[in-house]
Amino acid sequence: MGRLLIKGFIGNFLNSTYRNIKVFFRYVGSLAILLFRTIFWMFIPPIRKRQILEQMNNIGVKSFPIVFLISTFTGIVLALQSAYQMQKFSAEMYIASLVALSVTRELGPVLTALVIAGRCGAAMTAELGTMKVTEQVEALETLSANPVQYLVVPRFLALIIMVPLLTICADFFGIMGGYLIGVGKLGISHGMYLKMTFDPLALKDIVTGLIKSFSFAVIICVIACFEGVHSAGGAEGVGRATTASVVRSFIMIIIADCFFTALFYFIMAK
Amino acid sequence: MEQGSDNLMIELKNVSKTFNGRLVLDGLDLSVKTGESLVIIGRSGCGKSVTLKHIIGILRPDCGEVRVDGKDITKLNVKELNKMRMNFGMLFQGAALFDSLSVLKNVGFQLFEYSEMTLDEIKRRVAECLSRVGLKGIEDAKPSELSGGMKKRVGLARAICMFPKIILFDEPTTGLDPIMGDVINDLIRHLHDTLKMTSVTVTHDMKSAYKIADRIAMLYDKKIIAVGTPEEIENSDNPIVKQFVTGAAEGPINSTED
Repeated sequence: MGRLLIKGFIGNFLNSTYRNIKVFFRYVGSLAILLFRTIFWMFIPPIRKRQILEQMNNIGVKSFPIVFLISTFTGIVLALQSAYQMQKFSAEMYIASLVALSVTRELGPVLTALVIAGRCGAAMTAELGTMKVTEQVEALETLSANPVQYLVVPRFLALIIMVPLLTICADFFGIMGGYLIGVGKLGISHGMYLKMTFDPLALKDIVTGLIKSFSFAVIICVIACFEGVHSAGGAEGVGRATTASVVRSFIMIIIADCFFTALFYFIMAK
Repeated sequence: MEQGSDNLMIELKNVSKTFNGRLVLDGLDLSVKTGESLVIIGRSGCGKSVTLKHIIGILRPDCGEVRVDGKDITKLNVKELNKMRMNFGMLFQGAALFDSLSVLKNVGFQLFEYSEMTLDEIKRRVAECLSRVGLKGIEDAKPSELSGGMKKRVGLARAICMFPKIILFDEPTTGLDPIMGDVINDLIRHLHDTLKMTSVTVTHDMKSAYKIADRIAMLYDKKIIAVGTPEEIENSDNPIVKQFVTGAAEGPINSTED
C-alpha cells in the first residue's frame, strides 16, 4: 500500500515536472521564433529612424538618471562593504581592483539590465498589450503594416544599442562610487586608486560585460514584446502580461548571466 | 468557372475555424457581389467579427477558401497579402486608432508609409477624407482627446483614405448614442454610394442593418442561415430570423446560450 502511494507520488511528480519542462521549452521556442522574425524584418526597408530614435530616447536617455544613481551607490556600497573586511589585513588599496572588476564583469551589466527590464520592458508590454486588446495591432495589419516590423524592430534596435551604452555608463559610475569612498574616506591616494583600478582591468573584462548586456537587451525586448502582443482579456490581461514580462525577464536575465559567466570562465581559464 | 463568379468580389467557401477547441465557424458559405453592401447580422459572440477578419486575412481558416477578387487569399504569402490589403479599408468596433499618433498620421497612415506623396499632398488628402466624414481642423489632435463618435468617424476616414475597393465595418454603431449611430449609418450609406465600394458590415443593430444593406445575411450556429434583401429578411418565415429581427426573448434561439 505504502509502496503504491510512493509510486503514485513519484509518478505525479515526474508527470508535472515533465509538463512544466514542456511548457518552458514551448515558451522559449515561441520567444526564439519572435526573435528570428524580428531579425528578419530588421533588414527589410523602410528603416523607421524616427521611431528608433524615439525609443532610444525613451530607453536610453530617460533611464540614464536611475542607472547613474544605482551604479554610483552600488560602487559606494561595494567599497564600504569590502573595506570592512580588507581593513583587517590593511589591504584597502585592493578595494579599487575589487570594485572595478566586479562592476565591469558583473554588476554593471546585470543591474542595468534589471533596471531596464523593470522600467522599459514593463512599459513596452503595457503599451503593446493595450494596443493588442484595443485591436490596434490588427488595425496595423489591415493597413498593410507588419506588426513585428512596425512595433518590435524599433524597440529591438533601440534596446541592443542603448543597454550596452548604459552599461558602459554604469561601469564608469560604479568605479566612481568606489573612488569616492576609497579616496575620500579610506585615504587611498588618487594615483594609487586609479592604478589599482586599471592595472588588473583588461579589455576582456569590459567586453565580456558588454556581451552579457547585449544578450540581456535581446532577452528584455523579446519577452516584453512577446508578452505584450499575446496579452488578452482587457485591462486585467494587460496587467497580468506586464507582471509576467518583468518576472520572466528577471529570471531569464539571471539564467543568462549564470550561463555567460560560466562560459567565459571556462573559455578564459584555458 | 462557376456561373456569375466574375461578378463576385468576396467569396467564402466552406470556411471553418476553431479557437482553443471551440468551433466558431463551421462550413460557412458567403458571397458578396461587386459594389453591393452586405450586412451580416447575428447575436453577440456568434462569429461575425471572426468572419470579417477572415475576409481581410487577419485570421486564416482551418479549412475552406476565402476568395477576394478571384484570388484565394488563404494561399498568399505575407507580402502578397499586404499588397492585397491595400484594396481594403476596415473600421474596427472601438475605431482602433493608434494612440501614439495624431489624427493626421492616423488617417494618412498608409500615405505616409507607402506613397511618394509630399506632406502637403497628404495633408490635403487627409483633410478631404475628414471632410467626407464631417470633421474639420482636428488633424493635430490625439485620439485620446476625441469623443466616441469622433473616433469612429476618424476611423472611417482612415478606412477610406486609400479609396479602397472593399470596406469592412465591425459594429459601426455600437457604443454610440442613437443619433450619432444614425449619423454613422447615413455616412456609411453615403460613402458606399459615392465611392462605389463593396462593403461588408457586421452588426446586431437591426435599424442600422436596414439602413445600410442591399442584402442581409444572418449568421447563426456557425453558419449563414438566411440571405436576402432587407424586406425579405424582415418578412422571413424562418423562426430564428424572425425572432432575431423582432428582438423577442421567446423563440427558437436560446437566450441563455453564448
